[in-house]
Amino acid sequence: MSKVSLENVCKNFGNVEAVSCFYLDVEDKEFLVLLGPSGCGKSTTLRMIAGLEELTEGNIYIGDKLVNDMPPRDRDIAMVFQDYALYPHMTVYHNMAFGLKLRKFPRTEIEQRVKEAADILGIQDLLERKPRELSGGQRQRVAVGRAIVRKPAVFLFDEPLSNLDAKLRGQMRAELSKLHDQLKTTIIYVTHDQVEAMTMGTKIVIMNEGIIHQVGSPMEIYDYPVNKFVGGFIGSPGMNFLSAKIVSEKSRLYVDTGGFQLLIPSKKNSFLESKTDQEVILGIRPEHIQDAVFTDETSITDSFKAVVEVVETLGAEVQLNVVSGEHDLIARVDPRTKAARHQEIELAVNMEKIHIFETEPPNERVKTEE
Amino acid sequence: MSLTLVQQKKRKITYSYLGLVPFLVFFLFPLYWMLITAFKPDSEITSLKGIPFIIHSVPTLDHFKFILFKTRFIQWFWNSFQIAIVVTIITMIVSILGAYAISRLRFLGSRYFGVGIFCTYLVPPALLFIPFYKVVGILGLINTKWCLLFLYPTLTVPFCTWILIGYFTAIPRALDEAAFVDGATYIQMLTRVFLPVAAPGLIASTLFAFTVSWAQFLYPLAYIYRDEEKVLTNGIYTTLIRGDVYHWGELMGGALLASVPVVVLFAFLMDYYIAGLTRGTIK
Repeated sequence: MSKVSLENVCKNFGNVEAVSCFYLDVEDKEFLVLLGPSGCGKSTTLRMIAGLEELTEGNIYIGDKLVNDMPPRDRDIAMVFQDYALYPHMTVYHNMAFGLKLRKFPRTEIEQRVKEAADILGIQDLLERKPRELSGGQRQRVAVGRAIVRKPAVFLFDEPLSNLDAKLRGQMRAELSKLHDQLKTTIIYVTHDQVEAMTMGTKIVIMNEGIIHQVGSPMEIYDYPVNKFVGGFIGSPGMNFLSAKIVSEKSRLYVDTGGFQLLIPSKKNSFLESKTDQEVILGIRPEHIQDAVFTDETSITDSFKAVVEVVETLGAEVQLNVVSGEHDLIARVDPRTKAARHQEIELAVNMEKIHIFETEPPNERVKTEE
Repeated sequence: MSLTLVQQKKRKITYSYLGLVPFLVFFLFPLYWMLITAFKPDSEITSLKGIPFIIHSVPTLDHFKFILFKTRFIQWFWNSFQIAIVVTIITMIVSILGAYAISRLRFLGSRYFGVGIFCTYLVPPALLFIPFYKVVGILGLINTKWCLLFLYPTLTVPFCTWILIGYFTAIPRALDEAAFVDGATYIQMLTRVFLPVAAPGLIASTLFAFTVSWAQFLYPLAYIYRDEEKVLTNGIYTTLIRGDVYHWGELMGGALLASVPVVVLFAFLMDYYIAGLTRGTIK
């Protein structure tokens, strides 16, 4: 059992509130990702779980044990640091064996566990090397290896991939997911990269400025962001936000951006009627704006006209930066598009996927379906 | 005529080495003078004839025989050695713990503490030896070599702590934390991870502490007059200068022998010393 519970946990540095009080349960064997921009309090939260930072208030339980006053060594956790923090004077083998030696494991068991971990991570040939003789990716593996030999109840990862190049990062993402399947242990993973969060996490916690905005599965957060911040943070490129107004014409509801009007599907009407004639923020993900020529027949769409500013051909898709009236938008369209710079194009919006947010902070999402 | 990049670089290196020559002469000349004087017979030392920069007659070991067998040189050497070793140990223990606390732990005034410590180093011994006389007197240690164990750390601890603060601050905090998470106690973290990583800094400050204790002159001169309690510096000075009679040959021979341990230490640890000093100074 390696459930982690945070009860009313908060952290202040002097007078600065780094993390506002919150409750969070991490289930056994879950891959929980703490996601947010830098300085949002996610690393502080992780460090509180690790025991490297004291709580200002609240309780943390690992398993059933209250760990508030426990030093890190007694918490049955292992942590992978952003800069790896390998011991530079020890070989890879001794780096991995260090924790076991401190815990007085018998030699044969240490050897066996290090070998096992090295096999899983493919670093068998590096065991006699010193960290400075390794590449970034290899160091990363050793850092993970040092954590897994311990077989802890909970793994803590603090932005472990941020120092790797893009290709290696992609590879390591897949490997960490595989590792989670193999080890079947609770993982708490901190990152500012929403791609890492979406691809690896089974549950994502989105934080900003010390406040937890949303907790949910990747798809829940993608499909139903609770507010504008979450909507904008998840997805790449980010969601388009347009200031707009809900208007009613002949008992049909439209969202009017000033430049163009889009017809709201009738099934959303009952939720949005109360907003008629009110200012709102319209959120549309780039992938939900298509070249009208190549729209998906099955979804309810409405279209508008815009002028193409930039065409970025990515192979599998084409990314368009377009201008319509006073609004700049990004669209990810079918690669067969004939869009060209400075030309007008008709774009179709998947109206089932639009989001309506309040204009007042915290810009909550207006519910538009059951 | 234009030079290739390689030629330019070579020329640059040559010039910079040429620039070092005056310094080399300036620093090595006294040592050279000490060396030749120690081996010159007395008649030649006091003679005004001939070029003084070389030995004309047959080199002699008389001066060494005199200081080794006619003075308490060996006793002083042993005293100096004992004091230097113990002071170095005391210094390292205090400085390591102090520097770790200042560079890692957050406590009231921790940011200014380091500067404060360094300031105490700036107070010269010549200003302190009178008040210290009273302190040493109260402790009942006047005329014993052990008083030096209390006095030398006032010179070595501030400087070594300062060097180590700079060095420790450069070691990423995550390293300590990784050790804690791996299961280390404070002491295990220090001895098995932190200090091995900080080795160059430790070597630099060890060398400094040893050298200062070995070479300190004023305190032993002021507090120790009993021959058998003297250390090298005041022993040689008080025995071989009688009024206005300077036994130059013996003085230089004694100085030569006294410098051997420091030269040996530095020969082995020079590279670490430089790495440690430069690392410590740039914060």
